[in-house]
Amino acid sequence: MCLAVPMKVVEVDGNRARVHAGGIEKEIYLDIVDREPGVGDYVIVHAGFAIHTMAPQEAEESLRLFHQMAEGVGD
Amino acid sequence: MYRDLGILREKRGIEPLLTQLSKEVQGPLRVMEVCGTHTVSIFRHGLRSILPKELTLISGPGCPVCVTSQGDIDQMVDLSLRNGVRVVTFGDMLKVPGSQGSLKDAMAQGAKVDVVYSPLDALEIAKRHKGEEVVFLGIGFETTAPAISAMIKRAKGEGIENLSVYPAMKLIPPALSALMSSSGVDIQGLLCPGHVSAIIGARAYEAISTSYRLPCVVSGFEPGDILLALLAIARQVRRGKAKVENMYPRAVTYGGNSRAMEIMDEVFEREDSHWRGLGTIPSSGLRPKGEYEYFSARRRFSLKPKEVPEPKGCRCGEVLKGAISPPECPLFGRGCTPAIPVGPCMVSSEGTCQAYYRYGLGG
Repeated sequence: MCLAVPMKVVEVDGNRARVHAGGIEKEIYLDIVDREPGVGDYVIVHAGFAIHTMAPQEAEESLRLFHQMAEGVGD
Repeated sequence: MYRDLGILREKRGIEPLLTQLSKEVQGPLRVMEVCGTHTVSIFRHGLRSILPKELTLISGPGCPVCVTSQGDIDQMVDLSLRNGVRVVTFGDMLKVPGSQGSLKDAMAQGAKVDVVYSPLDALEIAKRHKGEEVVFLGIGFETTAPAISAMIKRAKGEGIENLSVYPAMKLIPPALSALMSSSGVDIQGLLCPGHVSAIIGARAYEAISTSYRLPCVVSGFEPGDILLALLAIARQVRRGKAKVENMYPRAVTYGGNSRAMEIMDEVFEREDSHWRGLGTIPSSGLRPKGEYEYFSARRRFSLKPKEVPEPKGCRCGEVLKGAISPPECPLFGRGCTPAIPVGPCMVSSEGTCQAYYRYGLGG
């Protein structure tokens, strides 16, 4: 039940946004999102609400952790 | 950048993580995946079959439907059978057996039950059915509770008076503390839920990690995310460390989503809550407070908490604590299947029993 999926914002209209992922388009609400997304941002969507707007550096950090762990380096 | 994350689903990403994991796991290691969505992802991607033999994954209490108490389920079914009441729920609840049948059985007797994807759908339903009392079944953890609180705020703002929420929302950290302090729990690390943590932040596990000297690692839901988190736990164990790590930084921050937490705090207050398998845990549930109390279905219908015994022979409670695995329950696959379930762990798509059954791990 805690399923949430990343979707790309294609339109923002006040407290609502249209988002898109894998051929599916949806209208979602921004009442509880941590940071207002802009068009082109990725948001994590759960039960009709965005719960997180992904900053590009956060995606980079996920990749950095992957490479670090896959190579067996770091703390 | 975002596309590059596909590596977390691909063989070229999975293989090096498995290689590292087999280097780091050097003895028996028992890790609990707390979240039901993780359980499903682990089964769907066949991760159990490729992990090092010494690493055992134990499914935890992170399936909201599964931990809902029998008393709450009975009250939800009873409500649905009242004249003038319409129940709105997430689909997972429909087939959960109450003492006198499920919501689905109630529907066959004429109960009005609508299945929705978002709590906001309940607002529209309440507007369309002004002559009925519409009750939304408020089931979920911290991921879902802010969405339900936002819905209640909107209902109040729009003056919708025929809508209420049956409060059965639950909080993960108190349940983890209760679990770790119960006897006979043998777990060396917690794979912490990703989307609960998107709301409450990785810091929510600091107290548990410190008190029980337990590595607590927040994980995403791709197979690569889960392997990353298991690798982080294995490394901590091998190095004698016990700390909180966030391996899902694209969704989770250390401090969490403060806006969601504020809305949740504005609308709800904590209460003691009864969990299937874990019993009553102090301050582990949420109910509407103050100016929002009007939206509590318990208050609107003057419902008193009910203690109801769990189904006879059902060992969901022990499954939820990781004390037994589903095939150890005598009902598993015999008296209890997804088509005719006895307990909620076989009903919910995120229930451990259903995952074992569906993926053919019958022992």
